[in-house]
Amino acid sequence: MKKILSLCLAMAMVFSLTACSGSGDDAETTAAAETTAAAEETAAADGEETTAAAEEGETAAAASGEGTFKIGGIGPTTGGAAIYGTAVANAAELAVQEINAAGGINGYQVELNFQDDENNAEKSVNAYNVLKDWGAQMLLGTVTSTPCVAVAAETYNDNMFQLTPSGTAVECLTYDNAFRVCFSDPMQGTVSAQYIAENGLATKIYVIYDSSDVYSSGIYQAFAAEAENQGLEIVGSGAFTADNKTDFSVQLQQAKDAGAEMVFLPIYYTEASIILTQADSMGFAPLFFGCDGMDGVLNVDNFDTALADGLMFLTPFSPTAEDEVTQNFVAAYESAFGETPNQFAADAYDGMYAIKAAAEKAGLTPDMSVSDICEAMKVAMTEITLAGTTADSLTWNADGEPNKAPRVVEIQGGAYELLAE
Amino acid sequence: MSFISYLISGISLGSVYAIIALGYTMVYGIARMLNFAHGDIIMVGAFAAFTVSSTLGMNAAAGVIAAVVVCTALGLTIERVAYKPLRQAPSLAVLITAIGVSYLLQNLALLIFGANPKSFTSVVPVPALKLAGGELTISGVTIVTIIISIVVVIVLSLFVKKTRAGRAMQAVSEDRGAAQLMGINVNGTIALTFAIGSALAAVAGVLLCSAYPTLTPYIGSMPGIKAFVAAVFGGIGSIPGAMIGGILLGVIENLSKAYISSQLSDAIVFAVLILVLLIRPTGIFGKPLNEKV
Repeated sequence: MKKILSLCLAMAMVFSLTACSGSGDDAETTAAAETTAAAEETAAADGEETTAAAEEGETAAAASGEGTFKIGGIGPTTGGAAIYGTAVANAAELAVQEINAAGGINGYQVELNFQDDENNAEKSVNAYNVLKDWGAQMLLGTVTSTPCVAVAAETYNDNMFQLTPSGTAVECLTYDNAFRVCFSDPMQGTVSAQYIAENGLATKIYVIYDSSDVYSSGIYQAFAAEAENQGLEIVGSGAFTADNKTDFSVQLQQAKDAGAEMVFLPIYYTEASIILTQADSMGFAPLFFGCDGMDGVLNVDNFDTALADGLMFLTPFSPTAEDEVTQNFVAAYESAFGETPNQFAADAYDGMYAIKAAAEKAGLTPDMSVSDICEAMKVAMTEITLAGTTADSLTWNADGEPNKAPRVVEIQGGAYELLAE
Repeated sequence: MSFISYLISGISLGSVYAIIALGYTMVYGIARMLNFAHGDIIMVGAFAAFTVSSTLGMNAAAGVIAAVVVCTALGLTIERVAYKPLRQAPSLAVLITAIGVSYLLQNLALLIFGANPKSFTSVVPVPALKLAGGELTISGVTIVTIIISIVVVIVLSLFVKKTRAGRAMQAVSEDRGAAQLMGINVNGTIALTFAIGSALAAVAGVLLCSAYPTLTPYIGSMPGIKAFVAAVFGGIGSIPGAMIGGILLGVIENLSKAYISSQLSDAIVFAVLILVLLIRPTGIFGKPLNEKV
């Protein structure tokens, strides 16, 4: 059954390629045909050079018979963290379209299959199995930390190359086949404490964190450790759990009683929006400082964005940055999806280009086995330098951690303002 | 001072539990079934209020009225379609149907409103009360919630004791068969119970979301379970029991959050339930069970 299917697909592929390199007016019935045609159209519009590259790709693809790199993606496109997953899915798709239009990776087209996991570890592993059945060769994902840790164990078993755009937990990179684009949790906690101390923002700090989430508790632990080094006083901490995240009045009251000047929120934006509203109704107005999970707080339906004024958070990406890569990305994303990309989108976009750069460095072809691709990518990732949207120069070490400068933004009047790099 | 503040917000949270628990307790007392979809009716109520007051831009009062109307109609429909055909069925079948209805409502809301959390604008225009020179701030929602729950309990108790329909409810809960023989419309009485329970759920939903301003298709499930605990705690089937159980539960939850551990508060709440059931299996206000041999 599988053989017949793959034979059919191969036939369809060959047919589509011949159809395209001919006049292109044949009936295009397969999806593959459409993508290639679309790629060629854009390539033609882009000028001589890219067309040549695309044609070269076609010959190579036709020769090997298996013409595309299959990259799987996993993230929450529904559920409480949907903003992240959707952003990653959109940006990854955008990057794939651009890469395909420019001739693909080593002349091969790229195919992306993005699966929803609702920010749930179990569903994420299921999504990974679906992608494996589909024939995924590399994985861009998962988007959130808890599912990422679960999926990382699976990719290690299969020795599949995994690049998570935004899985910040330390455990995401337990194995050497996994890399990430974003900062790790300890790194975010450490950098936040340093930033607060260096800029003298506050000395008495209260922390509200989610003890049932590795992302949140990971940042908290690193923050607490670094705060001590920096001479910041943590006057208290209020943990909450996934079952108990609608009422923060007790934590806020504790913070108020302890005389906190700042409340540090290493949590996701949904809970942060409640905290900001409740603090306002209590008449408590400290500084609020968060990490990258805060990105998206302005997009909560019906949220009074005036409450977020003065909220600062650590983020690797600012849509207002003036470098060319960022500007092009923001313009393309806005025209394709009608909204400004957030840092998750930027991470995913950089992630896809990192895969491209490393795959080209390693000289990958789609007929290599998943395991061979993984071995080659592990080496190549440490050798590339990427000019991305989240940093001017991104490099990776063998542990899979990126090396880049942090950025802090502040929300003013419903918009982000870049404070520091 | 902070103790008082924790206590008051605990009473406020408990009052919401109490209003929800009243719905559980009435339906259980009269129809002898656990309506596990009750928590999700709260959610529907909150979404109805949100749609009318935030999306359509009408005023808050219209939102509350819409919530009550939608929930009452929904409660009656659910009773008619899902529970009435099962009146003679074993209680396990009814329980499983209730869980099914609960998931149906959650997933319908997920389809219609999507999974993105919405920030609920408080429908309570009462300003916060500042006492002791601003050290103690009690939000308007807290005050209104407590007052509404007290009013609801008094009105409901009077209704059950004094009116014809209320006494019919009591009769049905005593002995359904005998009540029918006395000329009481049992189906009508049960439907009325569902209508009242669902209307209360709408009020609870609006208050819950005004105090804890987030709205997702799943907001009803945890308060629903806690209110069920409160109803059992106070003695299921008893109206004052639901009130006392709800408030005790809210206070225990908030104080254990503040003084023991903010992560363990749920564990403590459920541990208290186990203790109560061990010591007084029928709850604080429950009638002792007379085993008939």
